[in-house]
Amino acid sequence: MTNVAGAPGADKAEPTVGGERRFAETLHFARRNPKLLIGLGIVLGFFLLGLIGPLFVDHDPNEYVGPQSQPPNGEFWLGTTSFGQDIWAQFVYGVRSTFLIGFFGGGVAFLVGTAVGFVAGYKGGWVDDVLNMLTNVVLVLPAMVVLIVAIAYLDARGVLIQGIFIGLTTWPWAARAVRSQTLSLATRDYVDLARLSGRRTWRIITSELAPNMSSYLVMTSILLFGGAVLTAAGLDFIGLGPTNGVSLGLMLENAVQWSALQLGLWWWFIPPGLGITVIVSSLYILNVGLDEVFNPKLREL
Amino acid sequence: MTVSETLLELDHVHKVYRTGAFGGGRKRAVRDVNLTVRAGEVVSLIGESGSGKSTIGKMVLGLTSVSEGQIRYEGTDVSTIKGFKARKEYYRHVQGVFQDPFSCFNPIFKADRVFEMVRQSYAPDTSQEEWREKVLSSLDTVRLDPGNVLNKYPHQLSGGQLQRMLIARALLLDIKVLVADEIISMLDASTRIDVLNLLVDLKERGLGILFVTHDLSLGNYVSDTSVILHKGAVAEMGPTQRVFENPLHPYSRHLLSCVPQLHQTWAEVDAELAANPPEDVTLPTVPEGEYTAPLLEAEAGHFVGIDQT
Repeated sequence: MTNVAGAPGADKAEPTVGGERRFAETLHFARRNPKLLIGLGIVLGFFLLGLIGPLFVDHDPNEYVGPQSQPPNGEFWLGTTSFGQDIWAQFVYGVRSTFLIGFFGGGVAFLVGTAVGFVAGYKGGWVDDVLNMLTNVVLVLPAMVVLIVAIAYLDARGVLIQGIFIGLTTWPWAARAVRSQTLSLATRDYVDLARLSGRRTWRIITSELAPNMSSYLVMTSILLFGGAVLTAAGLDFIGLGPTNGVSLGLMLENAVQWSALQLGLWWWFIPPGLGITVIVSSLYILNVGLDEVFNPKLREL
Repeated sequence: MTVSETLLELDHVHKVYRTGAFGGGRKRAVRDVNLTVRAGEVVSLIGESGSGKSTIGKMVLGLTSVSEGQIRYEGTDVSTIKGFKARKEYYRHVQGVFQDPFSCFNPIFKADRVFEMVRQSYAPDTSQEEWREKVLSSLDTVRLDPGNVLNKYPHQLSGGQLQRMLIARALLLDIKVLVADEIISMLDASTRIDVLNLLVDLKERGLGILFVTHDLSLGNYVSDTSVILHKGAVAEMGPTQRVFENPLHPYSRHLLSCVPQLHQTWAEVDAELAANPPEDVTLPTVPEGEYTAPLLEAEAGHFVGIDQT
């Protein structure tokens, strides 16, 4: 009786790892979705650029290294600013900080948003009332204004601080989305069964609810990532970016401040502007692609 | 009837839901219900949809709170069982099986994960070997072939198999009370009788079973005590045989007359009922605005409740 195939204990693998078939199916559609592939390709390309690019720059991106106002050439690939700073160096460092702020700001927003959403949706009752009220209050706050005021008061600003502030103001829509999904999932009998199995609340949330909305969570995190990048670019552009740092938004701000447009230094403002636009739009394209992969109704036949 | 240990006691239990915007409205789903479940006894809660029978099951399992009154398990008020550890201990002895077996399994995991969850929570020190023995013997009790059900996804199994797996899961624990919420309704006729007989086996092992059903004949088949619920209140309660042979409450009579008979047509049933009208019983009444539901003992152990129309 002990040698029954597939009996618990017969294989050493963790029995909670399941869904191989579903995973294979998702992969099948993922590899055939051009939106997903293009979006992911561009995002990954920029990610690698931000990761590796700065390693090949042997000077500080803000250092005055070359002749002033040079158009792109063999030595300075993207030209120089009117002070003689290397724009390629600034660009790769800027891409790096863009991803940093995206991961960090988006990550904080994701953590807060999903935590609030899961707890509110699962617990219900007064907990839900309180958290929902909090969510709605933060949702209607003019986030940009709050960020401007809050960040303007800080002396030393870094990417981390900026990320935390962005994260703490952009989570509400994620919380609402996760809450509504949780509300519908929490009424399933298997959630009750997990409670009857003596599972803790957080275990139920992480192992019963979250895996059932994993696609939803992935897409939420991508949108939060893109949102954080855009918000950071906005803050940088109005001069509230990281002090002594480099970012794409900061490059734009400098370009505007030193009249790059009037002087015809197009290589100063086009790369950062295009960089932000391309990164964020490929994130959105990636998101649409993922949606089509996860949601059978949207698949193109 | 032998007097055995009282396991579960419902004492003037109410459940009131807030409804509408801002929770202004009130809906009394369960109204002043008293009943006891003893060891080795099957108590059927019979009622139509919305009569509060599943809510009672949920309250016993602590899945929803009790608005008024007490549910006592071995003398302890269930609502005082607070904190994770205490609840976990409670579930070691009180378990439930739900109506829809397909919704009881998380679709993205294999079905036997329900056993593994029990092991992780209640027997983390048991060796894999020992646990496998336990699972296999439990599956044997519910007459499932382990080779057919283990290592499969829920969608690969039938409703009857899943339902019996849930019962097997409950048996892994040291249970004393089993709340069986409509466990038969999703099964086809041939598996139905298997599961019913399984319940009888469990009863003989000394379990107290709260059997929630809308099906009168099933209630009649397995239970010792029947409780007929109408609009959240007890309409009639007593030994199953008495309740079915001599229904006293107009609602129970109506319910019983609705059961299709194999050997009689509706017209014959109606004619027979008209020929021998049942003797009327004085039903207890409650003053307007009160939400109690007193019971009247019409004969030994056989109670009738208020009439709500």
